[in-house]
Amino acid sequence: MGYAISGRPVFAGLDMDFPRGRITAVMGPSGTGKTTLLRLITGQVLADSGSIVVAGQELRGVKRADLYTLRRRMGMLFQNGALLTDLSVFENVAFPLREHTDLPERLIRQLVLTKLQAVGLRGAAELMPSELSGGMTRRVALARAIVLDPEILIYDEPFVGLDPISLGVILRLIRHLNDALGITSILVSHDVQEISMVADAVFLLSGGKVAAKGTPQELRSYPSEIVRQFVGGLADGPVPFHFPAPDYFGELLARGEK
Amino acid sequence: MNLVSELWTSLIESLVGLGAVVRFLLRLVAESPRALLRVDVIAQQIYNSGALSLVIIMLSGLFVGMVLGLQGFELLQRFGSEEALGTAAAIGLVKELGPVITALLFAGRAGTALASELGLMRATDQLSAMEVMAVDPIRRVVVPRFLGGVIAMPLLAAIFSVIGIYGAQLIGVQIMGVDAGSFWSQMRASVGLSDINEGFVKSCVFGVACSLIAVYEGYHATPTAEGVGQATTRTVITSAVVILFFDYLITAAFL
Repeated sequence: MGYAISGRPVFAGLDMDFPRGRITAVMGPSGTGKTTLLRLITGQVLADSGSIVVAGQELRGVKRADLYTLRRRMGMLFQNGALLTDLSVFENVAFPLREHTDLPERLIRQLVLTKLQAVGLRGAAELMPSELSGGMTRRVALARAIVLDPEILIYDEPFVGLDPISLGVILRLIRHLNDALGITSILVSHDVQEISMVADAVFLLSGGKVAAKGTPQELRSYPSEIVRQFVGGLADGPVPFHFPAPDYFGELLARGEK
Repeated sequence: MNLVSELWTSLIESLVGLGAVVRFLLRLVAESPRALLRVDVIAQQIYNSGALSLVIIMLSGLFVGMVLGLQGFELLQRFGSEEALGTAAAIGLVKELGPVITALLFAGRAGTALASELGLMRATDQLSAMEVMAVDPIRRVVVPRFLGGVIAMPLLAAIFSVIGIYGAQLIGVQIMGVDAGSFWSQMRASVGLSDINEGFVKSCVFGVACSLIAVYEGYHATPTAEGVGQATTRTVITSAVVILFFDYLITAAFL
């Protein structure tokens, strides 16, 4: 698959597969297009070349109605939660149910409370999103993402900015949801430690291609400079520390002109 | 030569922009019948755009009416026809000041609120989240806000005019001593249905224009703090110019 933004290629010849019922992580340095990959998988943007197949459905040339039907089988957890700020926690989780089903109010209430119980926030049902901490916001967003019992669950940077307790809770939830519901999970992150605790398989992206693929353990001993730099957290390597710039001393000694 | 080519490019860009706005409007109109079925969602937006603008509209209507009473009385007295104050105030308010000032105030209060709300929803991924949840944000978020504004505007303009006439009466009759009977009877005799129609058509057109500009700017805002700020500013400026432009066109059409 290939994809470019304003003529600048983000992916070229990218080839990935996400097995059913497993947690597959996508890692890579910032700016490698991890979030763009999620937008491609959810059909928010379309690939320029090649094909993307989600749950047997080819996304190229897919009709809007079919894409929406497919999206009902997916859940996505956004980096900042993306809760609807004018709705309470309860209404946020109930939102997909109200939009896509004609279930009676009593059943909606039971389903929402069940999902909130699963993320430990049944007691926060009446709070507004502005009253939640970062970790709680993400758990509510997770409850909303699973309320329609999706087959595929996509996490965009779920560990960013969480305190150790919230981090532990989210890690446990991701693993538990995957094991209990048999969901196919796609997890985009650059947190090496957390990924190695939860993922079954890892893709490491670099330069618009897959630089490495394997289990988290296999990646630790992968014979590649970029993988060593990323997994070891080294400041300099194939991904340079410095943004491309003219000669340092030359620029310092230049007389004020830009 | 350079100037000509720049002007040409700018003209083409403006036309492309106008085309995008018209396409957006057509999409909103196409989605409107289904959105109207969600009465609770529409009612919420009429409340947001209309009821929450009531205080500013009523206060402004009262003051504008009072100024009309004062100025009108002073002017008509020169010709010895201060009894015509009711007619002058009513026609001025119903045909012109009611719809125009209401629309300008609407753009400043409800328009900016709509644009910044939608812009922030985009900046915080709320619109993307809806898309991923297979909910069309245009249908669920944009159309109800657009319709809320379109429905609220004529109601607000009517309230503005009524309060304005009361304000003119307050000054003209209660303070300046114009005869109450002549004030009301002359107004009833000379304000016709065509005057009311003109005001109604204006407020409907302004309602569509202001709501469209606000939701278009908000929905297409660059998802940054600066982008949302710019979208809000553009909403007010574009709305003001468009309101006055259409005001001239409709006034000319009704002559």
